[in-house]
Amino acid sequence: MAVTSSGTATVTLPSDEQILITREFDAPRQLVWKAWTTPKLVKRWWHANRGEMTVCEIDLRVGGTWRYVMVADGFGEVGFHGEYREIVPNERLVSTEVYEGIPDAEEHAAVDILTLTEVDGRTTLTILVEHPTKEGRDAHINSGMEDGMQDAMDLLEQVAVSLR
Amino acid sequence: MNDLVRQLGLAQPQVSKHLRVLRDVGAVSVRGDGRQRLYRLNGHALKPIHDWVKEYERSWSERFDQLDVVLEDLKEKEEGNGSDE
Repeated sequence: MAVTSSGTATVTLPSDEQILITREFDAPRQLVWKAWTTPKLVKRWWHANRGEMTVCEIDLRVGGTWRYVMVADGFGEVGFHGEYREIVPNERLVSTEVYEGIPDAEEHAAVDILTLTEVDGRTTLTILVEHPTKEGRDAHINSGMEDGMQDAMDLLEQVAVSLR
Repeated sequence: MNDLVRQLGLAQPQVSKHLRVLRDVGAVSVRGDGRQRLYRLNGHALKPIHDWVKEYERSWSERFDQLDVVLEDLKEKEEGNGSDE
């Protein structure tokens, strides 16, 4: 099966409190939505090759909650959860996001805004992560940067490249 | 300084203010005084910020590569179900 990578994710920091992630997919947006909101499908991609996703709960309704837990290689268990605020199927999903690995996690909840736009069967996905504070945003980006994790990811990349 | 004012389309006091902050945190260094000031970008100081964003970008790229695989499967299934694709 030929899998065409549509490119890499682009990350920008539009303001002190925000992170914007953009990526294009070679698929119509209803399929991206399905892969994004169906637990058994999310389990296949969300781990980013860094471990195994052990919990994936999605109660897709306004006020419903979600929770993702992954056992990351060389890092242990990391958990995230939140609540859905706004749902426009195939188009827009607004939810809160709490990283369970930090003190006073609930106070540092971010708001994630997912948008999907389709042109000629290709979908551009954007995620705007809005943190209440700059410190919260910086901690978020730093969450993947711990010593050891960094080395593990470098090794993982080498292994992945050698498997091509 | 004049070059920056022209390129950014901002008023000189604003540009001066930004440059002062960048200098305070070591992101730029300055040479000369009075009318002619030359600012140099300090790439070394910016590298941690660059690394920090790049690492985050890399983890999302890997995640999206996996999502591509899932999407290919979904597309194949849709075609298999006789959709008008």
